[in-house]
Amino acid sequence: MNNPPDISPVEHETEEYAHQVQAHVTKYLMVGGLLLAFTIITVALSYVDFGAVLSHLFHTNLSEGQGRKANVTVALLVATFKAGLVAAIFMHLAAEKRLIYRVLIFTGFFVLGLFWLTYLAWYDPVHR
Amino acid sequence: MEIPYTVSARRDTGLWNAKIGIWLFLASEVMLFGGLFSAYIFLRLDAGPGEWPHGLLNVPVGTMNTAILIASSVTVVLAWAALKMRDLTRYKIYMTLTILCGVTFLVVKLSYEWPQKFEHFGAFIKEDALGKYEQYLGNRHLLEKGLAPRKEITGHLHNKEALNDPNIKEYEIALDPVNADPTNPAMDRPHFWPLPATDKIATIEKEDVQYANMFLPKHSAYFASYFTITGLHGAHVLGGVLVFCYMMVPASFRLYRHNPEHLANRVEVAGLFWHFVDLVWIFVFPLFYLL
Repeated sequence: MNNPPDISPVEHETEEYAHQVQAHVTKYLMVGGLLLAFTIITVALSYVDFGAVLSHLFHTNLSEGQGRKANVTVALLVATFKAGLVAAIFMHLAAEKRLIYRVLIFTGFFVLGLFWLTYLAWYDPVHR
Repeated sequence: MEIPYTVSARRDTGLWNAKIGIWLFLASEVMLFGGLFSAYIFLRLDAGPGEWPHGLLNVPVGTMNTAILIASSVTVVLAWAALKMRDLTRYKIYMTLTILCGVTFLVVKLSYEWPQKFEHFGAFIKEDALGKYEQYLGNRHLLEKGLAPRKEITGHLHNKEALNDPNIKEYEIALDPVNADPTNPAMDRPHFWPLPATDKIATIEKEDVQYANMFLPKHSAYFASYFTITGLHGAHVLGGVLVFCYMMVPASFRLYRHNPEHLANRVEVAGLFWHFVDLVWIFVFPLFYLL
C-alpha cells in the first residue's frame, strides 16, 4: 500500500499522476465511511451487556465488575481498530520511511513505561 | 536564505525535515495524553461499585462530535490530495470544510456540553444515610438484579444559595429521571437519548450528604479527568483550526504559485497533527461517554 508519489515535473506525466492520486482519494473516502460506521457500532455495543452475553454463552455467572471489564475491553478493541485505520491510512503509516517507525517504537516503549508507573500506584503501601 | 529540505529529502534521514519534526512532536503528544489516559483508566478501574458516575454525558451529542471530527479528518486529507493534483479550487473547498468542522466541534463543546454540566448538580449520600433516601436510589431493586448500588442523587439544584450558605440545612433538587423513578427497570442502564430533569423535588439534608457540588472538575475524579482531557483536546482542536486558517491566507496561496509542493507538505504536516487529534478523540469518546 503506497502513498501518492511526488508529482512529476514532466508535463505529459501530470495527467497520469492525477489519476493515481484519484485512486487514493477513493480509498480515503472509503476509510472515512468505515470510521463513521464503526462509531455507530461502538455506541450500539455500549448498550449490550457483555457480562450477561458471556454468562449465557458459557453457562457461568459473571459479576457486575467482570461484565464491566468485558464492556471496557470491547470498547477499547473497537477504538484501537479505528485508531489503527486513522494511523495507517490517513497518517500514511502503512507505508512510511524507516526513521519514523523507529521514532514510534521508542514512543510505544516509553508510553508503556508510563502506564506501568501509574499501575505501580496500586501497590503503594501508603494508599492501600 | 532558503530553508533547506522543505520539499526534497535529506539523504541521511530519507525525509524532508518537517515530516520528522511533526512526528517527534506527535511522539511527545502521545506521552502527554498517555499520562492523562493512564491516570483516568487506573482511577476508573480502582473505583468501587457505584462510586463512578455513569451516563451523565450526552451520548447523541458526543456521537455527532465524533462524526464531525472524522469527517474533518477526511476533508483535510482530501485537501492535501487536491494540492498534490495541483487543484487549488478544490483545496480551498476542502480546507474551508475542515475549518468549519473544527469550529463546529468547539462551539458544541463550549456553548452546549460544558455549560450544561455546570448547571447540573449531584449529592453523594453518606453510607449510613443511604437507606433514608431509598425512594430516590432504589438500591434494594438494584441489589436484587445484581447491579451496582447508587450513591449519588442528581438533578437541578433549586435553592442554589444552599451551596454557600451554611444556615440553609438542606438541598432542594429537581430530580433526574433515574432518581425520580429508581425502581423502573428502564432506568437500570443509561439511555442513549438523555431524559430531561423531572419536576419532582427531593429535599436532602446536608448532614446526610458526604459531598455535593455542581458538575465541576471538583465534583469527582471522573469530572476532573473529563474536563482536563476534553479541555486539553479542545485546545488542540483550536490550535489545529488556527494553523488551517493560516493555510487559507494570501501568503499561503503565493507560496502555492511559487512552490506548490511546499504548501502541500505544510498541509500534510498540519494534517498529521489533525489526525492525531482525531485519534485521541476516538479513545476519549468511548472511555468518557459510554463506559
